Amino acid sequence: MSEFITALIEYDFLRTALLAGLLASIGCGVIGTYVVVKRIAFLAGGIAHSVLGGMGAALYFGFDPLLGALIAALVSALIIGGVRLAWRAQEDTLVGALWAIGMAVGILFIAKTPGYSTDLMSYLFGNILLVRQRDLWLMAGLDLALVLTVALFYRQFLAVSFDEEFARLRGVPVTFFYLLLLCLVAVTVVLLIQVVGLILVIALLTLPAAVAGHYVHSLGGMMVIATLLGIGFTSGGLALSYGPDLPAGPTIILLAGAVYVVSAVLSGLLTRRRARRLAQRPGPRVPGARGTLGPAGPSA
Amino acid sequence: MSPTLIQAGSGSLSQPVIAVENLGFSYGDNPVLVGVDLTIAAGEFLGLVGPNAGGKSTLLKLILGLLAPQTGSIRVLGRAPCAARRYLGYVPQYPTFPRDFPISVEQVVLMGRLGLGPPLGWYRPADRAAVRTALAEVEALDLAPRRIGTLSGGQLQRVLLARALVGEPRILILDEPTANIDQRVEGDIFELLARLNARLTILVVSHDIAFISGFVHRVACLNRTLICHRTDAVDGDLLHRLYHADVRAVAHGH
Repeated sequence: MSEFITALIEYDFLRTALLAGLLASIGCGVIGTYVVVKRIAFLAGGIAHSVLGGMGAALYFGFDPLLGALIAALVSALIIGGVRLAWRAQEDTLVGALWAIGMAVGILFIAKTPGYSTDLMSYLFGNILLVRQRDLWLMAGLDLALVLTVALFYRQFLAVSFDEEFARLRGVPVTFFYLLLLCLVAVTVVLLIQVVGLILVIALLTLPAAVAGHYVHSLGGMMVIATLLGIGFTSGGLALSYGPDLPAGPTIILLAGAVYVVSAVLSGLLTRRRARRLAQRPGPRVPGARGTLGPAGPSA
Repeated sequence: MSPTLIQAGSGSLSQPVIAVENLGFSYGDNPVLVGVDLTIAAGEFLGLVGPNAGGKSTLLKLILGLLAPQTGSIRVLGRAPCAARRYLGYVPQYPTFPRDFPISVEQVVLMGRLGLGPPLGWYRPADRAAVRTALAEVEALDLAPRRIGTLSGGQLQRVLLARALVGEPRILILDEPTANIDQRVEGDIFELLARLNARLTILVVSHDIAFISGFVHRVACLNRTLICHRTDAVDGDLLHRLYHADVRAVAHGH
């Protein structure tokens, strides 16, 4: 670990990588929370994978692949959202198809791109060490757009995530906010592709928020905790991968996965213990689920 | 410039708050509602009963503007249903949200204030005050900080009622509000509705005609077509015709 810290002081690219992880974590914490509570991980996966189509096309026509990714992500978010709204019954089939079609298009474009074949692996699995300084500015801009949108429409996004029918009755344009939410997911996917690549994006989009959800029971709280966890996972994964020269993306994901499994087991045990304590306590009312735990000790 | 006159209500007293005329609706080629006429006057407490799949929930969805009529017309407070939503309070039959959603009761009830304030930003102090008033009215103020998933069926129903009331509706629409709770709590909720009826028009769907006839003014029986009865005319013969089976009418003492 000390080796990593020395390297951090020495190498510019490592500091850029660390900063990229930090910026990506904001998106994964804020939008990942919506992905988890609204249970749209599969849709998010579809958006993430079809992004390869846009990156391939951008390479072929000589644009910045990240710009291609952003456009492709937004287009596929709107298509997937439209599919879900129009053909609700076959949602999973159609999202699955778009998922594969997007990737197929991307691989064809990359295969036909003249000259030295670009590193396909770094799109699929990310390479945080290759993040450029100017990418950081794009990432910061995307973060700002995400946070501003969520802050301005917090009530509407909460209502649409919680109860679409009731939101519609209260005059919230549900279709608009649903599609906007998917577009925010698309932007977050592009943020995260830099760090872990488009195959692994879905893990970083869901795991930090899911771990936060084990302990926090408000949307805002989940966003903050998930962001902090995201920073921990990306920085920790980067540090762990540096010494043994492992790829950073998969290391970050394995770290996040390991923390998730431990946390799921732990929170399951805590819930069971709390239920046992409440069952032993006299009185008909079930107190609030949190903040009612007395000092530790199972004696009764 | 002449001073603006503040009108009490919209239109004359005789105008019905809900007017349904010759309404028809079908899912695919399966007709659910045929030639339904229904007029609800201001201040009425109307019970809507009928067998399962008789079209009760569909009729509510049409009145709420969540579905569009295929034939006939619906006017709510003299407008199209979509334009009148702001004046409707709705309590669904089943909670349409996941029980493990990370949200407090106060936040759930606050959603009933959407559409009242400016569209951007957060809830205002006035919204929070309205939430406390609404929760107090349904005797659930102590539940405010609780997570929604920890409530019992009866508590949840009160909270959903508060969510409907906090938007300052003129008409309250409830779809089987007591389907998932025991009969003692059911009585409490209907007594609460009877109190609210002093200032609100109420339309309540129920499967339990005998029970609600002790509270409502009028019963509308819906089984694809609709027939209205005064509550004192509800008897075994009517129940038989409606459900095509023998139904025991249980007399409730109150």
